[in-house]
Amino acid sequence: MGHSEEFQKLEGKIFTKSFFILLSVVLLGFYFVGVRYVKGIGAVSNMSDGYPWGIWITYDVATGTAIACGGYAVAILVYIRNRMQYHPMIRSAILTSMFGYGLAGFSVMVDLGRPWNAYNFFIPSKWQANSAMFEVALCVMAYSTVLILEFLPAILTSIEKSKWDRMNAIRNWLHPKIAPDKKTMEDKLEMVRLGAAWLNPRLNKVLIFFIVLGITLPTMHQSSLGSLLLIASTKLHPLWHTGFLPLLFLLNCVFIGYSIAILESIISSYSFKRPFEIEELSGLAGLIPFVTVIWLTVVIGDLSYRGQIHAALKGDFYSGWFMTEFLLVAGGSLILFFKKCRRSARWLFISASMIVLGGALYRFNVYLIGFNPGQGWKYFPSFAEVMITVGIVALEILGYKVFVALFPVLPNMDLHGGHKKKGHAKKHKGAEKPLPQTEAHAH
Amino acid sequence: MKKTSRRDFLKLAGATGAGLLACGAGNALANEGLQVNNEELGMLYDATKCVGCKACMSACKRVNSDYGSLSYEKAKFDEDGLWDAPSDLSGSTRTLIKLFKESEKRWSYVKYSCMHCQKPSCVSVCPVSAMTKEKISGIVDYNKNTCIGCRYCQIACPYNIPKFQWEKAVPQIVKCDLCKATNLREKGITACAETCPAGAIKFGKRKDLLEEAHQRLKDAPDKYVAHVYGEHEGGGTNHLYLASMPFNKLGLPEIKPEAPAEFSEKIQHTIYKGFIAPVALYSTLCFIAVKNMKKHQGHDDDHKKGDK
Repeated sequence: MGHSEEFQKLEGKIFTKSFFILLSVVLLGFYFVGVRYVKGIGAVSNMSDGYPWGIWITYDVATGTAIACGGYAVAILVYIRNRMQYHPMIRSAILTSMFGYGLAGFSVMVDLGRPWNAYNFFIPSKWQANSAMFEVALCVMAYSTVLILEFLPAILTSIEKSKWDRMNAIRNWLHPKIAPDKKTMEDKLEMVRLGAAWLNPRLNKVLIFFIVLGITLPTMHQSSLGSLLLIASTKLHPLWHTGFLPLLFLLNCVFIGYSIAILESIISSYSFKRPFEIEELSGLAGLIPFVTVIWLTVVIGDLSYRGQIHAALKGDFYSGWFMTEFLLVAGGSLILFFKKCRRSARWLFISASMIVLGGALYRFNVYLIGFNPGQGWKYFPSFAEVMITVGIVALEILGYKVFVALFPVLPNMDLHGGHKKKGHAKKHKGAEKPLPQTEAHAH
Repeated sequence: MKKTSRRDFLKLAGATGAGLLACGAGNALANEGLQVNNEELGMLYDATKCVGCKACMSACKRVNSDYGSLSYEKAKFDEDGLWDAPSDLSGSTRTLIKLFKESEKRWSYVKYSCMHCQKPSCVSVCPVSAMTKEKISGIVDYNKNTCIGCRYCQIACPYNIPKFQWEKAVPQIVKCDLCKATNLREKGITACAETCPAGAIKFGKRKDLLEEAHQRLKDAPDKYVAHVYGEHEGGGTNHLYLASMPFNKLGLPEIKPEAPAEFSEKIQHTIYKGFIAPVALYSTLCFIAVKNMKKHQGHDDDHKKGDK
């Protein structure tokens, strides 16, 4: 399991222009979070007693964790389906999952009215196993811990190899009177290094059990995210209210997970000016239609079973949103049936975006758009409410950028070339065309 | 090689996840029906007797304001704040009288407050048991010291009864608890029923209230819509209604006799029965992953030897 050389740190500055732009967005968002804690949720959001869940739950939690399912989807592929050629993608997928889930947890703390009572989740006498929310909460907390453990090897490895340049620079910058003694500091840092060196191989030995836990937990809570709305039988539009909600949410997060892993890889290759990992991507892309076709079949089958096909074709507000969601997923999958499209970064980007959008829209439809509490209630998020969500997303991107520079996360390009050839020869024995984009951007 | 393993994987996924979830959905369609307890406490509101004086509203707020953290709500026209004028149930108002007026001749008052369901959705969904249903009295009660403020009860309640204090930094859920800690304890009757000068609110056991309601329907069939709202709605409620107008016009939604909580709990229970499915899934996946890893390590070692 010692895959450390497989990954490398990203060379380059951390404090770039985009860093400060993102930082200012984050600060604005956190200003509104401050307002929320002083003046109440009503002061920053348009939520009401009719629409008690706004975009914080719909986007940050229900959709955000699906988008953060890249780690889940890739882990299934690598460890369960034994496709080790995808292993280079796993660290960046796990890192985004870690941020996605961590920040979903953070926005829940903003959204909860009485967060100081959240300790009740750990008191067995207060447990309420009938509640899908209880299951989601415990599972998400456990999964976030597992994600940190899964990412820990990257941190430990870089501690082991660190020369502590930054630490020494800070020490030198401090006034000699308050700066710690150089010798004791070095001793202590050496202790940390030894600790990391001791822990790393031991963690690696048991890591696989955490990884599998990291596959089991999302299977549970992603389906439960669908179960959450089962109870709203009088409020959720019949297009979406079905006993199959848990199954649909589970499948939905898997295809979103694979698509987001593709998008993530394309975007980070593009913005960090690294070659596209087209071989892995096209392989991933070949899997997506299997999942989406099952999902689409369940959706149609369930609608016709409940006699709601006419509601889907009615042409009203609800059927419009339903058709958009449905066609985005169907269209995106259709593109992926063509081998040529699967091998082009542009088409991959387009189809993966469509599937992610459609899949995310499905979750919005279930949580907000298809939700009608009765006459007289309206909801559209306020500026402050949106800014809190945007700030949290900006923090996620910011964290990703800092982490890939500090820790070995991205696939090692030198090694990756060799690695790729291996996978290549195994998978496509026939003749293949040279890939125009791949090596162009390498520096 | 590749094809078979994909098929295996799909088989596995189909067998574990999808099969379970689908079977959960299937099971939920078969309704067993829940036991209705007619000994529980409730109220019968007769809209034809109500004169709309709102004495119940002020009595409720007077009695429960300190205990339930209720405050007065100023109306827009009332700059001095002389009247308590809530326009809907809210974080400050547990019960409310509204007037529905279809024409000069056809109108009706209606009272809103917690329905105290036989199988309450809010209790079913509360993740930390802050919403509870008392075994003997059947009162659906709320404990702010446990509540985390997730507002799932608001999503779940088909009558939109639990209200949240949006404007407060330390908010809570507000809903009727049949004056459990106040008037009911002191005088054995809810404040609204005690105060009502027109006899429109009758407090008592559910069986007595149902009997009374059907007697009134029998005595004056022309006066009423021939239905006791709450007798069967959503598994039955302890707060019952009689009215002269269709109930959905009065803001009381049409709800099937099956409690929404029955449906959702059945699916949840099927998936998580005895926690067997998650454990089985975990051990199966562990088995596969460890096997794969060993295979891969062997492969790696061969590779290294080859390199040397």
